[in-house]
Amino acid sequence: MELRIAMKTSQANGIRDATNDLITSRLSRRTVMKWFAATAAAANLPDPGAGPLAANTPVTTPPATKGYGTDPDVSGYYKPGDFWALTLTATQREIVSSLADILLPGDHLGPAASDLRVTDFVDEWLSAPYPVQQKDRTVILPGLGWIEEESQRRFQKGFNSIGTLQRHAICDDICWPADAAARFKKAAEFFVRFRTLAASAYYSTEAGWKALGYVGNVSMTSFDGPPPEVLAKLGVEQTVK
Amino acid sequence: MPIITTGKSDTEYDIVIVGSGAGGGQMAYTLTLAGLKCVMLEAGRAYNPDVETSMFQRPDQTPLLGVATPDKQMGFTDATIDGGWEVPGEPYTQASTKPEEHFWWWRPRMLGGRTNHWGRISLRNGPYDFKPRSRDGFGFDWPIRYADLDPYYTRVEMLIGVYGSNEGLENTPDSPPGVLLPPPKGRAAELYLQKHAKKLGIPVISIHRAVLTRPLDADSIPAKLHPGNPWAQRIVADSMRRRAACFWATDCHRGCNIRANYQSTTVHLPPALETGNLDIIPNAHAREVTLGKNGKANGVLYMDKTTGREARVKGKVVVLAASSGESVRILLNSKSPQFPRGLANRSGLVGKYIMDSVGASVSGQIPALENLPPHNEDGAGGPHLYIPWWLYREQIGGQFNFARGYHVEFNGSRGMPGGRSPLADDLARGAYGTRFKEEARRYFGSQVGYTCRGEMIPNDNSFAELDPQVKDQWGIPVLRWHWRWSDQELNMVDHATKTFAAMIGAMGGKVRSRQDRSSRDAIEPGGKVIHEVGGALMGADARNSVCNGWNQTWDVTNLFLSDAAPFPSNSDKNPTLTIMALAWRTADYIVEQARKGNL
Repeated sequence: MELRIAMKTSQANGIRDATNDLITSRLSRRTVMKWFAATAAAANLPDPGAGPLAANTPVTTPPATKGYGTDPDVSGYYKPGDFWALTLTATQREIVSSLADILLPGDHLGPAASDLRVTDFVDEWLSAPYPVQQKDRTVILPGLGWIEEESQRRFQKGFNSIGTLQRHAICDDICWPADAAARFKKAAEFFVRFRTLAASAYYSTEAGWKALGYVGNVSMTSFDGPPPEVLAKLGVEQTVK
Repeated sequence: MPIITTGKSDTEYDIVIVGSGAGGGQMAYTLTLAGLKCVMLEAGRAYNPDVETSMFQRPDQTPLLGVATPDKQMGFTDATIDGGWEVPGEPYTQASTKPEEHFWWWRPRMLGGRTNHWGRISLRNGPYDFKPRSRDGFGFDWPIRYADLDPYYTRVEMLIGVYGSNEGLENTPDSPPGVLLPPPKGRAAELYLQKHAKKLGIPVISIHRAVLTRPLDADSIPAKLHPGNPWAQRIVADSMRRRAACFWATDCHRGCNIRANYQSTTVHLPPALETGNLDIIPNAHAREVTLGKNGKANGVLYMDKTTGREARVKGKVVVLAASSGESVRILLNSKSPQFPRGLANRSGLVGKYIMDSVGASVSGQIPALENLPPHNEDGAGGPHLYIPWWLYREQIGGQFNFARGYHVEFNGSRGMPGGRSPLADDLARGAYGTRFKEEARRYFGSQVGYTCRGEMIPNDNSFAELDPQVKDQWGIPVLRWHWRWSDQELNMVDHATKTFAAMIGAMGGKVRSRQDRSSRDAIEPGGKVIHEVGGALMGADARNSVCNGWNQTWDVTNLFLSDAAPFPSNSDKNPTLTIMALAWRTADYIVEQARKGNL
């Protein structure tokens, strides 16, 4: 109880917060550079000098500049939009939904991505103020634009208006960079990154857990280890008695 | 009121403790229950795990699915506040421009410090670990033996609650019967490794972790911990009764609001506060230890972060338990005519011989673990089994090109997904749609990772000093780090990564991490394992050490160091349990000396 009283006092102190804000903005630039370099190296992203992926990437609201800070209330329950505004346009969100549902459709393993708010999470991600997410934004938004243009080029309709088979036809050309034709390489790199983002969100949900076969996050009175059929399948015995 | 603000402190305390983590927490616990009046300075804010812990939040209930950001550097739910690798306004610097000579320094700014988020791995040092130089000629011996610390390990284990088993293995000490809590059952990947590692002669046994697998026996333990002190026994029993056993869910790095694992804020500080003998001043960033004309420490000067003003507390004894790096910074900044090079630094050794654990990892994929029937493997929120160093005889027999051992920690189970794709790109290749979902399900739980935690030998190139120019936002000179691994550590990493590849092969799996890395690329940077120890070594001689075997500085007899700064070596066993055992022993010594009037 005493701990809580003291906490309020420190949080109420405006001087400290103002000072910290100054310092944070100075330090984060250094961090930005470091993270940027690491991400670019790790992700093997398209060469930014090679020209735009899509001719008409729509102008969108810029992403947030302020994050949740170094002392957010971690005991809370949050949803996309709570810490910073979502910035994707309606069209971009529709393409995210359509594409995510092609990647993670409703089937015997669970609901479609759009039913699990994957669109909101992708929007939150791409609207975030942090370096990794801002880097993704420079790959994903042009990619969404490319998808739309490619759909218009092939089918004279936007990606949201074409049928599933037509969407598959586009996806089949860009689903794996190593197999993609030269003119689809950059789109393929977008596709793989988008798939990672969509899957990260999908499998963060209860329905996603079920689709994967994760069981847990519930309190139990005892932990009995793997059930007999698992031990039998692996040919092992429970050695901790 | 136990949590106080600057200006509300008593005129003079018996003891000033700087830091509230494992060392400071244990110190406050033991001293206040012995009746001494203590004040504790904490550089961060007050923190109450009962109401501030993220317990059952799913990744989709956290911003950015809980992934690490520059604001929360180990993820949103990690129990670290206002800190991490960088603390806003409190920089540190590197002497070298080469990344491999940089030291990474993890600093939370919160009551309880790193104990709120740590992995709870609680391994005793063995007899060899106190006399490493006598055994193989490298590094330094401790001035104490295993037998000196053994009873304190036992006390700490009884107080905090540690699960594990006694295996009677070389230099991997057993605890007395009845002290350890029951070890949790092995998980699928752990048992599968155990079976197949046997072919390689590698033992896989229960790890020791500070998690309650059943409630502590509050009716009998307090009397063993505090014989002849019924008042202390009652307070400790009440505190133990407030701790629940693990409910087998949620990752320990989040902290624990049912108090099922050890953190200073749930185990050490509540009973210490209950005594009425402890005041805690949060947001108090220690600057220097002040010295009286009699050559004794008489208090601590600190920045009150809530006002930006300097303030002071006075005490008859000063204990630094601020972490190796912070205690070094405070000592070096405490300059006076008697100690122009920094307090308790006549030897010139303050800041020298900083060590971390040697870290390197190999990941793999095991086909036998694919498509297992879904089952709950959350377990105790951390590892259940591990591999202790098993090649003592071969090593002392000269078979290796490195002198010290490592233990192996595992990850890879059917743990909570989220925040990242469960299916790696190269496994998914072009899969999308239902085929992607089926592949993700197939591979879930079949990925394994093995990490070495090895002993670094202290060297002349790894140390901390004051930066001649850079100051923090409070005007206090900051640390500048020097770091270099020696061939000893690099050769160890080479052995470890080859061994891990062999383990994965023995299970019929494939190594997934790059195998063409040199050990220089595979080794984690200094500090990255967050096992920083050393910097004010204990020894048998004032000429070549900073403290004696009681963690008491040679130069200032009422100044004690109660974090890992006095460690003359950093065995592969994680340092926290040893910090606590040493702190309890030092606290007993302080009580005894205080009674004799020697301080």
